[in-house]
Amino acid sequence: MHLDLHIIWFILVGMLMTGYALLDGFDLGVGALHLWTRTDQNRRIMLNAIGPVWDGNEVWLVTGGGALFAAFPEVYATVFSGFYEAFMLLLFALIFRAVAIEFRSKRPGEKWHLLWDVSFSVSSILSSFLIGVALGNLAWGIPLSDHKEFMGNFFTLLHPYSILVGILTVALFMMHGAIYIVLKTEGALHEQARGWVKNTMIFFIVMFAMTTLATLLYAPQMSDVIRTHPVLFLVPLLNILFIANIPREISKGRDFRAFLSSCFTVLTLMALFAIDVFPNLVYSNPHPENSLTLYNAASSPETLHMMLIIAALGIPLVLAYTVSIYWIFRGKVKLEETSY
Amino acid sequence: MNVIFLSRLQFGLTICFHYIFPPLSVGLGLLLVLMEGMYLWTKNPLYQKMTQFWVRIFGLTFAIGVASGIVMEFQFGTNWSSYSRYVGDVFGSALAAEGIFAFFLESGFLAILLFGWNKVGPKTHFFSTLMVSLGSMFSAVWIVVANSWMQTPAGFHLVERGGQVRAEITNFWKLFFNPSSMGRLSHVITGCWQAGAWFVLSVSAYYLLKRKHEDFAKASIKITLVLAFISSILQILSGHANAVIVSRYQPAKLAAMEGHYPVNAPANFNLWGWVDGKEERVRGGLALPGFLSFLVSGKFDTPIKGLNAFPPQDRPPVQATFQCYHGMLLIGIALFLFSLWGVILWRKGKLFQSRWLLKLFVLSVLGPQLANQLGWMTAEVGRQPWIVYGLLRTSEGVSPILRSGQVLFSIILFSLVYLLLFVLFIYLLDQKIRKGPESHQETLHRA
Repeated sequence: MHLDLHIIWFILVGMLMTGYALLDGFDLGVGALHLWTRTDQNRRIMLNAIGPVWDGNEVWLVTGGGALFAAFPEVYATVFSGFYEAFMLLLFALIFRAVAIEFRSKRPGEKWHLLWDVSFSVSSILSSFLIGVALGNLAWGIPLSDHKEFMGNFFTLLHPYSILVGILTVALFMMHGAIYIVLKTEGALHEQARGWVKNTMIFFIVMFAMTTLATLLYAPQMSDVIRTHPVLFLVPLLNILFIANIPREISKGRDFRAFLSSCFTVLTLMALFAIDVFPNLVYSNPHPENSLTLYNAASSPETLHMMLIIAALGIPLVLAYTVSIYWIFRGKVKLEETSY
Repeated sequence: MNVIFLSRLQFGLTICFHYIFPPLSVGLGLLLVLMEGMYLWTKNPLYQKMTQFWVRIFGLTFAIGVASGIVMEFQFGTNWSSYSRYVGDVFGSALAAEGIFAFFLESGFLAILLFGWNKVGPKTHFFSTLMVSLGSMFSAVWIVVANSWMQTPAGFHLVERGGQVRAEITNFWKLFFNPSSMGRLSHVITGCWQAGAWFVLSVSAYYLLKRKHEDFAKASIKITLVLAFISSILQILSGHANAVIVSRYQPAKLAAMEGHYPVNAPANFNLWGWVDGKEERVRGGLALPGFLSFLVSGKFDTPIKGLNAFPPQDRPPVQATFQCYHGMLLIGIALFLFSLWGVILWRKGKLFQSRWLLKLFVLSVLGPQLANQLGWMTAEVGRQPWIVYGLLRTSEGVSPILRSGQVLFSIILFSLVYLLLFVLFIYLLDQKIRKGPESHQETLHRA
């Protein structure tokens, strides 16, 4: 296996999607946990913990979508037209969530706040779940015709495996979000969030074990790549070590290292997913010969080459400002005049 | 109702709603750079107050722009999958470049703009404002380049692969500088500047009429009137340049814009009118004979290809193209005259006494908004029946597996959420304007 343009773009699109999962993952998780704290003050702190960054986090999804369109237009066309209702619901939830974040603080009043608190939380959970369902379907496979079109409907997408991955995603983001809250808060909310970390970790580990078992039992083709390249077994191994490291760091009060561990957990999970589907981008089940792979779904080599130049120019800049923004807004959240 | 009609309706609905906000971001972004630049230069706290107030408004328009824009990025795949397979190589690249070069820049630095007043120094804050403004303009660059490629495709070849034809890039720079991209970009950008400028003029004129925040309002008007005046002139000049480009590359669109039917004859330029499709002429309008020929070629008797030169299945909808174009044109001229009037009164030192003009300024915020929408409608409706001019028909671009019920479902979903967004936008805008430039915190400090 040599490193050709197609594989580079598989990795780059994967990186953008992983960036999205890492970053929007924690703010979706914060949203999922939002209703667990009661006071207005604490809810504001939760919102402001993600305040300066959630917008930028969502850009990873938008850019990932653009990169997918440019590098693998067939996947972009097949998946988004095929997952029509599910995707429209996801967009609806993401927009609604943005509305809730922006508008909660704009007026006093308990009912106004409660309305947007519930909207924020429900739309965060729904978004995470739908993202997981989409990933679950890509892994499990969807029925594709020999014209690369999806043959099914909304309910084809809802089966036990995809729902399992959907719940796993909610659990993962909740854990990730809880650790982020621990990192960004102090006092009573900080102590409460430490409790959330414990509960969400249990939730996540249970879901993780069930998904792994289901994958091994019912989707054995997903382990093919690891079976033929045993060195890749390191990825799930690292993944488990990162998960195990989280409670260790939390108990020692090293919040930042716990959050890093959680980031690496997301990263290794996404890598595991990429290894499992490789070289397919959309696996066709029941007709594997119709699958969209990183070769038959890609743009022309000229475009992949040109886009690589654009990526080489742009991605260092993107990383530079992402890091500086997080650096500027480091530390515990304080409510100020410009806060939500 | 069929899937093509519904998908076009949905695209029209989402893009028209979305396009309320990006022009405001581009225009206000530039004004923020000017205002904060003035603050750094003069250290006059009035400019700081101005920047802080307009940053809050900018934050609001930006947030709604992002929320409504996220649909745009994916809609090509959901409703126009055949189009996406056909153009992914070309069009997808422009969208991806927009994400990498524009969105990250904008959204990243916006955080500092909104929340960073106490976290970074004034120079870093100004730098962030500059980056946000640049980001919003980069975004316009890539989107206009992508859309211009659909109008005047260049730098590609058609390749058949497994029974499926698609466009692939052969020359990136030819694609980027396709025949219409730079002309259209200048027209779009000046339209955005006008949107921002007339918005600020409107709010400031409202304050003056209410005798509130008068120093603030006067200073705001002075900065923005200059921008409104300059950009309204540039708007007309770039509009002319675009008409010449359209005459060369999209003759059917030009013919529809003026309701010009004869196969090859000198063409009139109408100021307004109604296209009579049966008699194939424009009625009830004011026509300048031979003036269209003059505008695009410099001679009054140059023949221009009319709609009858094209088979019926290749003609755009005439009435809609004509009316959108002329609506935009008249508004553009009116805005130029308003800003000219303002500048003349300013020179005479009577700008802030003319309640008539101030009232006109309050209303004129709608002008660029309408003109921007109508201009895009002219461009997009006038391109029909093609989705990529001369290459792919709109009817061939739609997702083949889509059913009308699905599209109806998403139209209802988006109508609901957009209606909600719009009501909240107006409500919050109203609140911010009522509250005015003096923040709550400031009032507390004084007390």
